[in-house]
Amino acid sequence: MPADGGIGAPTKRREDVRFLTGAGNYTDDINVHGQAYVHFLRSDVAHGRINGIDTSQAESMPGVLRVFTGADFEGVGTIPCGWQVTDKHGEPMQEPPHPILAQGRMRHVGDPIAAVVAETREQARDAAEAIMPDIEELPAVLDMKAALEDGAPKVHEELSSNLCYDWGFIEDNKAAVDEAIANAAHVTTLELVNQRLVANPMEPRVAVGDYKRASDESTLYTTSQNPHVIRLLMGAFVLGIPEHKLTVIAPDVGGGFGSKIYHYAEEAFVTFAAKQLNRPVKWTSSRSEAFISDAQGRDHVTKIDLALDADNNFTAIRTETYANLGAYLSTFAPCVPTYLHGTLMAGNYKTPNIYVNVKAVFTNTVPVDAYRGAGRPEATFQLERVIDKAARELGVDPIALRRQNFITEFPYATPVAVEYDTGDYVATMDKLEEIADIKGFPARRAESEKNGKLRGFGVNCYIEACGIAPSALVGALGARAGLYDAATVRVNATGSISVMVGAHSHGQGHETSFPQVVAEMLGIDPGMIDIVHGDTSKIPFGMGTYGSRSLAVCGSAMVRATEKIINKAKKIAAHLMEASEADIELKDGQFTVAGTDKSVAWGDVTLAAYVPHNYPLDEIEPGLEETAFYDPANFTYPAGAYACEVEVDPETGKVTVERFAAADDFGNIINPMIVDGQVHGGIGQGIGQALLEHCVYDETGQLLTGSYMDYAMPRAADVPFYAVDHSCQTPCTHNPLGVKGCGEAGAIGSPPTIVNAVIDALQSGGHNVTHIDMPVSPSRVWQAMQG
Amino acid sequence: MPQVSMTVNGKAASGEIEGRTLLVDFLRDNLGLTGTHVGCDTSQCGACVVHVNGKDVKACSVFAAECEGAEVVTIEGMAGPDGSLNAVQQAFQDHHGLQCGFCTPGMVMTAAALLQKNPKPSESEIRDYLEGNICRCTGYHNIVKAIMAASGQDAGQVAAE
Repeated sequence: MPADGGIGAPTKRREDVRFLTGAGNYTDDINVHGQAYVHFLRSDVAHGRINGIDTSQAESMPGVLRVFTGADFEGVGTIPCGWQVTDKHGEPMQEPPHPILAQGRMRHVGDPIAAVVAETREQARDAAEAIMPDIEELPAVLDMKAALEDGAPKVHEELSSNLCYDWGFIEDNKAAVDEAIANAAHVTTLELVNQRLVANPMEPRVAVGDYKRASDESTLYTTSQNPHVIRLLMGAFVLGIPEHKLTVIAPDVGGGFGSKIYHYAEEAFVTFAAKQLNRPVKWTSSRSEAFISDAQGRDHVTKIDLALDADNNFTAIRTETYANLGAYLSTFAPCVPTYLHGTLMAGNYKTPNIYVNVKAVFTNTVPVDAYRGAGRPEATFQLERVIDKAARELGVDPIALRRQNFITEFPYATPVAVEYDTGDYVATMDKLEEIADIKGFPARRAESEKNGKLRGFGVNCYIEACGIAPSALVGALGARAGLYDAATVRVNATGSISVMVGAHSHGQGHETSFPQVVAEMLGIDPGMIDIVHGDTSKIPFGMGTYGSRSLAVCGSAMVRATEKIINKAKKIAAHLMEASEADIELKDGQFTVAGTDKSVAWGDVTLAAYVPHNYPLDEIEPGLEETAFYDPANFTYPAGAYACEVEVDPETGKVTVERFAAADDFGNIINPMIVDGQVHGGIGQGIGQALLEHCVYDETGQLLTGSYMDYAMPRAADVPFYAVDHSCQTPCTHNPLGVKGCGEAGAIGSPPTIVNAVIDALQSGGHNVTHIDMPVSPSRVWQAMQG
Repeated sequence: MPQVSMTVNGKAASGEIEGRTLLVDFLRDNLGLTGTHVGCDTSQCGACVVHVNGKDVKACSVFAAECEGAEVVTIEGMAGPDGSLNAVQQAFQDHHGLQCGFCTPGMVMTAAALLQKNPKPSESEIRDYLEGNICRCTGYHNIVKAIMAASGQDAGQVAAE
């Protein structure tokens, strides 16, 4: 390993210095000379018909440059959806258009219906208040099952119903699953809700559009996790701008958690308006706006059956889920309840028969798409809750029941179409029992009871599919894009290196961890290596960061490009030392001829590549720059076991998380400090889902939780320190680093752990409570305790 | 337009403002000090915390005009003249107390204010003091740990690893 930190070193993050000194460059920090500001007038009703919009007063307000309405976007494309799901009858999903500004109808509170561009932010806001839309309010549909009833108001009148698709997975499994359940020794059934959440990265979305008329070039600065995806979607499908005339820049981005993957109307608007007005146009979302315009997460209503034989072996799983998509199809929305959910229903267990049904439904709510974990938390929650319930019904230890049913041989092909390449679920459970100090629990419970509290222990396993994804596979499943990634390694004359990567870092620390990999491969100081990301004009291509894919996919591309660099550098070194290329070895930044004391340094070789006075010009070109695209052969399958202890105050129903332990298998680890941080953050969000967060609409579709006054974000006093361990490592078998991804695990594994612990606490107090939906708030717990 | 003058990070600063201009907008828009961030519009998130006359204040909750003559310190004023990180900043880096960095300026300013009042805060005192600062990335683990370390306490003793 290089002295300053190669693979496996807890290298401190270099990006921290700018963030800690106020020198970060977030999108709202970018101001383009001469910029104007846009303010969107958004629907304040969940469903309405626009009979007309009077913009005359707004247009006469001070500083107003132009007022845009839906009519200005006739002939312009609509926001595309990136995934087409095929339903159980072989028909494509229903796919309504998603206009940039409402075209005659508004379909959720927050749907943009007009936009004012003015000289200042305040002038734009003031003028938006003077727009007079003539709105006829229509009945809204909020509840998914009600939305599917005959005669329900339709979110999109041109569609046959509010059903986007009715998906069966795998339809051929259904008969065998039904039969296994009918013949089971025991069947445990659970109905549950995985509540709607709001991703809430701390940086609200921002978009700045710029246009250079002389060269007909557009630039969009935006808070995105994947600038190339935005360039592709917006350029090719919405505005018709070819790639060479469109640059998308996502500079420092203040968190994403999925919500900044998607192409949003505001991005297209500022790009469009900048060209129309020949002025840069800036939009900065307020937090209140974020609550009604950022894609939201989860929102599944599920019934699951788990069948067991007389020896407590799992024999079948059958689930039926209603998945809320909101009013429009966000970029990846259709794949979340299907291929990111149904494919994970086997969990860590060898269950021979599995059938998943998902009905995806349009409602008059903000669109729903991937939020940290995306489908996998929903799968894990129902599976791990029903297993816990089964253990109680059967009177067996929940850990023993899980261990008995663990998959132990790999590769393992599940009944839901994926093949786990590697894993060791026994090892992570063993590690969990150790770090959670499970033996000490009875004494801690006794101490809690002495203080008048109920104490519960909850355990949970999870598996997820990361490293998204093999392009041919996802293409067959409906993806409208490939999901490879790309990297260019540019070695400069003096040996310093810039690596242009398609992944985007918005908290994950790529600027530190990616150089660790290249430094390890070359044996040089990581300080000689910088990562360039977030700018389509500097990077060859990339599909961005989500699904815990950055290192597994883009990191693999970087390894492949670095291997090409090493191969070429060895040719140069062989020439310089008049040796055979086959005899050249690279170690600690020195090329040596095996078995001799001949050597040349890294910098001598790189200089020769750019000053080729003594160089094999008849064999290779000057220069030292290589690009690789990497398309993964399979998903990766991180897995782990989590445990927590909660205290319940029987007087108030308040739940506090007293201890939390996580034993994860992420395969090989590049920077353990960063991995720990990713798990901490995921657990924090999981505690938020389990105990605090809930996005609530009233019966008319008004968002009741539209600010941090109403939507309960976890704060420092709501969480404990976490014990995390990732020493169980079964390296991924199909990518060159053996890495699996760690970004979402904490958010996937923690919610069921906490609910399992709450149920355990209540049962210990003699309350026959078998399930409480999240968030497990004091009022819900108290009501459950009253029977 | 009214004029306001104050001292920001030890230097005289003045500018034209509207009556409704918030301190955070004055810092960001007039002075170009974009390290102070806006993460909400209900004074809940704490990304905009600065020090006004030695006290930690949410810069979204005071008008710029109210700060006439005040001594204001922002995140840009925390490092040494040579750019060296101060003890709180260094502890945040050492203990990975930040990820996306957006809440970080407010966290650092709040932590620094806490340590001025309470040089050796307990874990629960730190968690309670951060009540007005939301972080979505870290689960708070390493933030609490960093603040303990910045106060000279052995965070490894309390933070399970």
